[in-house]
Formats: sequence, structure tokens, C-alpha cells
Amino acid sequence: MSIASTNRMTPYLFLAPAGLVLAFALFYPICYMIYASFLDWNPSQRIGEADLVGLRNYFKLFGDPAFRESLGVTLKFAAVVVTVEMFLGVGLALLLDRNIRGMSVLRTLFILPMMIAPIVVGLMWRYMYHPTVGIFNKTLKSWGFDGVPWLSNGDWAFASVVIADVWQWTPFIFILSLAALQSLPASAIEASKIDGATGWQQIIYIKLPLMLPVLIVTLLLRLIDSFKVLEVILVMTNGGPGLSTEILSLRINRTASEFRELGEAAAMSNLLLIVLLILTFTMFIYNKAQDARAARLRRVEEEA
Amino acid sequence: MPEIRLQNLRKDYGAVNVIENLNLEMADGEFTVLVGPSGCGKSTTLRMIAGLESVTGGEIMIGDRDVSKLEPKERDLAMVFQDYALYPHMNVAKNMSFALRLARMNKSDIETRVKEVAATLDLTAYLDRKPAELSGGQRQRVAMGRALVRDAGTFLFDEPLSNLDAKLRGQMRAELALMSQRIKKNMIYVTHDQVEAMTLGDKIVVMKFGEIMQAGTPEELYRSPANKFVAGFIGSPTMNFLNAELSDEGGVIIARGDGFAIPLPDSRKGALQAHKGRSIHLGIRPSGFVEGGGGLKMPVILSEYIGAQSVLISKLGDQQVAIEVNSVAPIRVGEEREFTVQGDEVHLFDPKTEVAL
Repeated sequence: MSIASTNRMTPYLFLAPAGLVLAFALFYPICYMIYASFLDWNPSQRIGEADLVGLRNYFKLFGDPAFRESLGVTLKFAAVVVTVEMFLGVGLALLLDRNIRGMSVLRTLFILPMMIAPIVVGLMWRYMYHPTVGIFNKTLKSWGFDGVPWLSNGDWAFASVVIADVWQWTPFIFILSLAALQSLPASAIEASKIDGATGWQQIIYIKLPLMLPVLIVTLLLRLIDSFKVLEVILVMTNGGPGLSTEILSLRINRTASEFRELGEAAAMSNLLLIVLLILTFTMFIYNKAQDARAARLRRVEEEA
Repeated sequence: MPEIRLQNLRKDYGAVNVIENLNLEMADGEFTVLVGPSGCGKSTTLRMIAGLESVTGGEIMIGDRDVSKLEPKERDLAMVFQDYALYPHMNVAKNMSFALRLARMNKSDIETRVKEVAATLDLTAYLDRKPAELSGGQRQRVAMGRALVRDAGTFLFDEPLSNLDAKLRGQMRAELALMSQRIKKNMIYVTHDQVEAMTLGDKIVVMKFGEIMQAGTPEELYRSPANKFVAGFIGSPTMNFLNAELSDEGGVIIARGDGFAIPLPDSRKGALQAHKGRSIHLGIRPSGFVEGGGGLKMPVILSEYIGAQSVLISKLGDQQVAIEVNSVAPIRVGEEREFTVQGDEVHLFDPKTEVAL
């Protein structure tokens, strides 16, 4: 082999181990899942014994009101939590972006929820929401109010899981926004002060527009994550009451383990995967566009 | 336009005192340059005037108003920053009109104003561009334009030319000088470059360690520096400093040192009486040496050809000196040349206090 062709091979050689791992850990399961979604497959069967049913699982899903409801709950959940978290996270970052004594301790405290295992978060909130011994109802009752059916009423249960998710994931948006905020050009903000901008005007006209690229990526990351949420809701409500908090990943879990319909569960997973792929591609394209724009500007600058 | 007065201005960062007690007056419409080495407090002073830095003590008076506790926007000033501080997400027109839009000025007025200023700065073709699509010089002009559109009472400049290359800096310096002639406003300009200070300022304030070393016109600072620091800081190439002793020889005061003896003019006799027989520091500008006359025989160690002028590095006794000469005759390294120094070209400084004598 000539030296030139060896040199050309070198990068692929280095990439090969990672490629092998990816192939087994990622592509094999995905292909397995796609194949499984065309089967009428019961967990007691081996995959070879299951009947091939073509697209039947997919058609069944679209006709299934429970699946449609679950998809609706997921979309609603994702939209609500991400909106609330964005407002709170960015707001907190704007509020805490200053040099006051003890601020670093406060910042660390704010990001603690994110570091707790989701199962623990679920259990913690379930106890707090407990109708008689939970801290919320106990407090309400000691003030003379009626208790709230946190997890036993459909609407309240949805609100309860939203609150828990917001509690856990606002810090994620908070730290990314804070990092974005602190990397803004200080002199541009000073210039806006001289130009007569009030605190609010600085935020609206200077800080937020400059943070926008980071905020968009953060939003997409959170959106992707919120579609996959499972543990916290599993522990808190297990999807109930009724189907009020049954998000897609829970429905998939139930379809596989409770209804023993592995093929249908695989079809659902594939649909969820497609939604997530669309979001991921959006983010990818957005990043590409940003990079291309930066490269174009650099070129213009070099020419000038 | 009001005059600006800094009274007993003080700035501490925690336990560190940066400026202790600064007093300065700037006349109405004057172009004042604060100059000094880095860390001398010039930028801090400017930022305190701007309101970007809090004042620990003292007052900043603009006219009759003490503005030291006011927000920047209440001080009626415009500022040009070292890194231009343009808003990256706004195009040139939006950058320039930002302050006017905040002030809710009417749209057509804003447009006229922006177009007017853009025309004077050669920016008309770039109004739709974002800052990232402009060259350094153009960005600099946008920053200038943003300040000019405001029509503020006072303009502040924080080393606005230091990010430009040498040629562009010269150009922009000239444009700035023209602009300051055209619009007679209070201008306060911070730089570490003494050439900028000399060419632009009506008044130059030389600072060191948070203190004012001397304030005066460029000529005053060059002709009669108040101390050794100002003497060394103003003028290029820098002044030569030599150790000498004053002696009275037959009624004439002579500065005598290693390899030289320079008679000083009678007019300085009175002031120098007390220093007779004491050692002093003597300062001679490179241009203070005149060729010929046979007073000092000096070897050429190095010759730097600049153009019409050449700078020779030579030696007086053990001490190295720089001499500025016309580049008429070719200069050979190693040859010996004769120079004289006129007594009135000599600056004398107290070796302890470094104050001019």
C-alpha cells in the first residue's frame, strides 16, 4: 500500500473502534425496534416466532383514542413545561447576573435539583403531594384551607407533574442562560446605558437578542428532553388518574409490560423517535445556519 | 455647553485606592486629553465621569450639576469605546439611532439625523450592514457616528484608536481633529499615546498612579514639563536624562557631568542658586543637540534613519543618549561627531522629588 493511501486510511482506522461501538449500541437496537414494529409480538415468544403484520401496528395506533390522548398529553406537557421553564430560567439568570456577596452560593443552590436522580425527585414530590401527610396539604389545612387533590384529580395531577418538572429542569435553562449572559460583550451593555437604556430596555433590546442563539438551542434541547420524560411521572402518578398524565413514554412502557404488545410499543417508540429526530434536525440545521453565517461574516471581514 | 469640574475625586476598589484626590477643571468646549501609562487611572476617571464606575468620594460637576450619583443617561454625554461597543445584532443605522429611538424622537427626524451624520462620516453606503460586516476603520466610524447623532453636551473617548493599525490611526486622528473643530463640544479623550495627546488636545492632563502630574497645553507640557515624569513621557524620541552637578564658575552656572559641561543662561541663575554644588538630573531632548560647535565630541553607536530625520544613539561619558539630526550627510557608525547644547534647551530636575527646577 502506498504511503498516500495509508495516510488517507489513518483517520478511519482511529474512528473504527467508536464506529463499532455505535453500530452495536445504537444501530442494532434501532434496527431491531424498527423490525419489531412490523411484528405481532408477544413477550413470551422469541422474535423469530412472531408473525409479520406489516404496517398494522401503525394503523392500529392512529385509530387508538388512548394513544391519541397520550400523544396530546405529551405535546401539552412539553409545551407547558418548556414555556414555563424558559421564562423562569431566563428570568432568574437576568436577576442573578450581578456581583453580590453570596451570589455564587445561591447559583450553586439553584442548580441542585438538576443533579438529583429523577426517581428520587418523583418520590420526593409524591410525598409532598400526599393528600394527608404531604407538606402542601398540611400547610394549607393549618391555614384553614381545604386540601388540594394534587394527584387524584386529572387537572391537578397534570399541574403537579408540570410543577415537579419545572422545579427539576428550570436550573438547566438557568445555567445556560447565565453563561450566555456573562459572555455578552460588556461594553455593548455599557454603551446602551450611555445611550439611555433603562434596565428593562437593556434586557429587551440588547441582552435577549444577543442571547437568542443560545436560547434557541436550549429550548430545543429541553423540548427533546421533555418528550422523553418518564421516571418522575411514573413514580408520581403512573399516568393517572385516568390518562391525564400518561405521556408517550409511559404509554410505551405500559403497552410493552402490561398489555404485552411489543410490536405496538415498538411502533410507538418509532413515532416518538421521528418526532425527536425532527427536533434534533431543526437544531442541527439551526446550528449549521449559525456557523455558515459566522463564516460568511468572517470572510467579509477578511476582505474588508 | 457647561464646563466640567472634578473635585476631590476618589476611587477605591475594595481596599485598593486607585485615585486618591483628583481635581481638574475643563473649560467649556475644550478638548481635554487624559494621558499616562496603563494603570494610571485615566480610564477609571473617564468611566467615573461617564457613570459606568461608581464614585467613592468627591464630586463631578457638569455646569452647576453634581452628576456623580446620577445614572449615565442623566448626564447628557456620548461615549466612544476602545472596542467600539457596537450592538452586533443591529445594522449601522439602528446602531446610530438607538439612543434617539429610546428617547422616542420622531421617526423622520431620526432618519434625517442619521443620514446627515452618516454622510459626514462616509457611512451612507453601509447603513444596512451589521457591524460584523464592516472593517475596523468603518466600525470605528460607526461608533463615532453613534456618539455624534446624539448631540450630547459632552463626548467621552476611551482609547478609541488603539485597535486600529498605524496608518488608519493616523487618518482617524486627523478626522477626529477636524470633527472637534467643527463641533465645539466638551471632549474628554483617554489615550496612552502621547502623539495622539499632543495632536488632539487643547489641554493635556498627564497622569501617573492616580495623580495628575501636570495639566496644560501641549506646548506648555513640551516646553516646560513640571517634573521628570512628564518630561520623559511627552516628546518623541524621549528626553535624555543625565546626572550632573551645578557649579558656579566665574559667575556662570555650569551643569557638569561625565563628559560634558554646559553653561546655563543667566536668566535661571536666581532659581538655581540654592542648588549649587548639589547633584541634579539633567534632561536634554534629542532635538536639543545641535551639530557642530565643538562642545561635545560624541561617537555614533547606532543610527536610525527615519526619513528627513535620523536618530543617533551615542554616548556621553558612560551614559547613552539619543540625538535627533537632519539626515543630510551620510552617517557612519563608529565615526565621531561634534555637538553643542544650548543652555536653554536643558531641563533640570531635583533628583529626589523629580520636580523641575
